[in-house]
Amino acid sequence: MTWLTWRQSRAQTIAAAAALTALAIVLAVTGSSVAHLYDTSGITGCHPFASCRTLADAFTSKLTSTDAILYGIGIAVLLLAPGLIGVFWGAPLVTREIEARTLPLAWNQTVTRTRWMAVKLGLVGLAATATAGLLALMLTWWSSPIDTALSMGTTSRLNLTRLGPILFDSRDITPIGYAALAFALGVTAGVLIRRTVPAMAATLAGFAAVQFAWAIWIRQHLFAPVHAIVALDPANVFQIKSINNNMSISAMPNFTEQGAWVLSSQIVDRSGHAAHVTTSRVCLGNNFAACQAWIGRLRLRQIVSYQPASRFWDFQWAETAIFVGLAVALAGFCTWWIRRRVA
Amino acid sequence: MTPVLHTQGLGKRYGQRWALTDCTLSVPAGHAVGLVGPNGAGKTTLLNLAVGMLAPTSGTIEVLGGRPGGNRAQLARVGFVAQDTPTYAALSVADHLRLGARMNPGWDAALARGRIERLGLDARQRAGKLSGGQRAQLALTLAVAKRPELLILDEPIASLDPLARRQFLESLAEFISGRQVSVVLSSHLVSDLERICDYLIVIVASRVQVAGQVGDLLAAHRKRTSSKSTLEDLVLAAMGPATDTTLEARR
Repeated sequence: MTWLTWRQSRAQTIAAAAALTALAIVLAVTGSSVAHLYDTSGITGCHPFASCRTLADAFTSKLTSTDAILYGIGIAVLLLAPGLIGVFWGAPLVTREIEARTLPLAWNQTVTRTRWMAVKLGLVGLAATATAGLLALMLTWWSSPIDTALSMGTTSRLNLTRLGPILFDSRDITPIGYAALAFALGVTAGVLIRRTVPAMAATLAGFAAVQFAWAIWIRQHLFAPVHAIVALDPANVFQIKSINNNMSISAMPNFTEQGAWVLSSQIVDRSGHAAHVTTSRVCLGNNFAACQAWIGRLRLRQIVSYQPASRFWDFQWAETAIFVGLAVALAGFCTWWIRRRVA
Repeated sequence: MTPVLHTQGLGKRYGQRWALTDCTLSVPAGHAVGLVGPNGAGKTTLLNLAVGMLAPTSGTIEVLGGRPGGNRAQLARVGFVAQDTPTYAALSVADHLRLGARMNPGWDAALARGRIERLGLDARQRAGKLSGGQRAQLALTLAVAKRPELLILDEPIASLDPLARRQFLESLAEFISGRQVSVVLSSHLVSDLERICDYLIVIVASRVQVAGQVGDLLAAHRKRTSSKSTLEDLVLAAMGPATDTTLEARR
């Protein structure tokens, strides 16, 4: 069974290996110059934080446009790769045999259906996750100087913290978990739908939904957030609304913990309760600066809830474990389904 | 001796439609069994139940005394050539033999190689490039070289031209002769079966109408009709509206 699985997936495995090798060469060449630029930038071991920021900005401004494009492509590749693995490796795994009517041939050799499915899932799944893992390893190495500089610098408009929705999904080990789940999702869709193209579409839609929902709504709840109380800086107030003589103030938190993933902030009074501010006449006029100054005199505070940057690896391991666990559960379901619901 | 095929009230339903109903059969070992019936009568369903590709809706089925497709031992004892003789289009003839050798502990490499050589197949040729007849022969090779006790073939020659048909049946007959192997071969053409089968099962409209040894069935039929009656007449009589003949012959 191992031989047949290898023989059937040989072409795509070799193609994937060739693509990875080509990418490795491109990344090694361009990555070493980025790494050199970073090593000579003085960012490593810089102190205090303000000087780091200057050095980081200087480093990012020196990057070539090719580097910038490669950095963007790298993120896109890692965000898309798991879904594509599910679509092109997972979904056709069984449907191809259903459509070519080769199941009666495969299932009448001296190999049980359970073993047939387990070997296929195991070997092809391993190839798929290894591809994602190597891709993530190479691109994480290539991008890490830029990631660090962007998380320190001021120029970043994307607010790319390593824990944030974009970088977290495309760095270190999470792509392995994502690829495993996408692959298992593809096989499951194939086993249930039994036709390649609809199964591919279902896999793409299903996995994109999981990836999106996870990053936006679910990940932040994996660990209870940390709360910090900071003084409200009136200069950070960007919007004031008055509703029923009550002022609602919106302000960026005056919170500079490096790399933290800020989830929410709430304005409170000195006793720590949600602030109720009666609308002042100062703020009804057009003088926004005067209003800000008036707010400053209230000595309000902000409760910031956030995930500290130090939890990066906790999140990485937890998320990878959850996704691999889900993938294994789906693989078990596929095997059970194949054994029970027959051709 | 354990019957090769033993069913009790066997039935298979797809949604609302029964593809096979109340099928009770006991086929003794050592026969070449012809399974005849019009298209859609339930032949493929019965054979797929016999290899475990399908699970019964009602009743029981035992093949060589075991549950179809249940475990490796059972799989090793039954060879199956499915309808349209599937092969892996992208794999070469040699790859198919390697597949057989890797996936069957009882694989007879000499038998497989000998057959491929006698058929004049190019080992490097991809199965997808073979003619229908060659593909059927390759599928048969895979099924026989695992050295099964029971060989099940589902309309293997339905889509072949007359020459390929004859060659296939000849090579099947050659494999059977002198071996302790039982065969079940389905077809909608009696003439295909006449040459090799000594046992006959007729299925019409999802029910078994006739089952028995060809000699016995013919003798009984000739007694009732004319001494010149052929197997074809017998089958046609069974396929027609239920007559005394078919009712009596049912088991």
